[in-house]
Amino acid sequence: VNDSPANIRIIPRLDIKGPNLVKGVRFEGLRVLGKPEDFACHYYDAGADELLYVDVVASLYGRNNLSHIVERTARQIFIPLTVGGGLRTIDDIRAVLRAGADKVALNTAAVKRPEFVKEAVRCFGASTIVIAIEAMKRPDGSYEAYTDNGRERTSLDVFEWAVRAAELGAGEILVTSIDREGTGLGFDVGLTRRISEAVPIPVVAGGGASTPQHVAEVVRSGRCQGVALASMLHYGMIEKYRGDRDFEEGVTAFLQSGRDHSVFAGVSLAEIKTALTDQGIATRPWAEAGVRNG
Amino acid sequence: MVERPQVAIIDYHMGNLFSVQRACEWAGLEGIITSDPRQVERADAVILPGVGAFGAAMEALNRTGVSQAIRDYVAAGRPFVGICLGIQLLMSESCEFGAHRGLGIIPGRVLSFRSSLDADNLVKIPQMQWNRIQAPRGHPTWEGTLLNGLPGGTFMYFVHSYYVVPDDSSMMIAKTSYAGREFCSALQLKNVFACQFHPERSGPAGLHIYQSLADRLRSRTPAQITQGAAQ
Repeated sequence: VNDSPANIRIIPRLDIKGPNLVKGVRFEGLRVLGKPEDFACHYYDAGADELLYVDVVASLYGRNNLSHIVERTARQIFIPLTVGGGLRTIDDIRAVLRAGADKVALNTAAVKRPEFVKEAVRCFGASTIVIAIEAMKRPDGSYEAYTDNGRERTSLDVFEWAVRAAELGAGEILVTSIDREGTGLGFDVGLTRRISEAVPIPVVAGGGASTPQHVAEVVRSGRCQGVALASMLHYGMIEKYRGDRDFEEGVTAFLQSGRDHSVFAGVSLAEIKTALTDQGIATRPWAEAGVRNG
Repeated sequence: MVERPQVAIIDYHMGNLFSVQRACEWAGLEGIITSDPRQVERADAVILPGVGAFGAAMEALNRTGVSQAIRDYVAAGRPFVGICLGIQLLMSESCEFGAHRGLGIIPGRVLSFRSSLDADNLVKIPQMQWNRIQAPRGHPTWEGTLLNGLPGGTFMYFVHSYYVVPDDSSMMIAKTSYAGREFCSALQLKNVFACQFHPERSGPAGLHIYQSLADRLRSRTPAQITQGAAQ
């Protein structure tokens, strides 16, 4: 068995607040970057392997209002779409699947009541249920799982929770390092590797990427099957949307200012995939993705 | 000639059928999500999609009577497409969570990656990724199938823990490798086309398959649809 039998999936992650795509650092200080549907369509055309939508304030307010955005997106993109944030009941899951999601990412509700994972798997199949784990490193080097985008502690050990989630029947794990999230300092490779070695299901790593080299490292040493990328891709896209300032709510000062982000140069999906291929890491070639309606 | 052919998308209340419906719409087909045997009988083509467990799916198909409607539809030589769990349900039997009888339309079995692969945690099950489809020996081209026009080695999106082994390997029109194992990723038996991957989630390459189906439904009589070169 070779080190990486999988074709690595590059998954743009779109954090959504109200009608807007937002991005913060360690889940805080959310800036409005644009309309999620615009970014989603661009990433589809550019060869994204899947898309991930997360309603970042849903758990806080006990709501999930992504369905309309999911529905508009799903009419235009024909790659898998995972939706997370505030999904608490089987009916919540059914509603986003009905709107066009293929998979759902569960965190808070799964932590509060692990049996919920089992019920969701029974209703919708294992491959539909992704467990999202937000991991923060403790001073002693262990990792604690958090919920509500890094706001709430759970006292759960990340690795024990990952194994439990797989045993409950989840089809995939999305692990995000809160310490690295939005910083551009690179993935937490050790965290990713320990999870991937502990569970028999695919693992997607998120939090910290700003260069193709970070992606290559977490694939090779972290042994994950996919990467979730946000700032790294989004900041390269912003230029295209500077003209569109018709936002309904949110902190748009960053967009209006016309400033560049200091950490993220903005890298395209094509550049990332080319870099991976050059390093012998298998991935669907971006050139084959073609164009929408092609 | 039918302007906007109707495609019955079989519903057994699991997973996302809406992506199948939207791909039909994209190709100019009217996708009707249904578990009503009469609706199946009236349709210009039938798609059996699927996510979820084999046993639960068969139970739902039998309960609504749609399993017999599917057998009748296929037996009448009308155009039928099975996707993902849909290709597996066509087989005679599956070993998923104990033995289950399938629709029995295609003689063959459904096997698990888990029992056939090394139990290493780094060989991830389900296979959840884009992977290549290749023409097997004996099927040098995809002419006359819904894959016609796609180059060999095209990437499609897969999500599955089980795969089909048809008794007659000559009906296999595409193969794919995962972690060292080669399996049947698409098959054709007369009017039946079925694939393990999700064309509706496979970007432009997958939509090409829906477009091929739509072109055939618009330009030919139903009995000729998936027989392609035979007409």
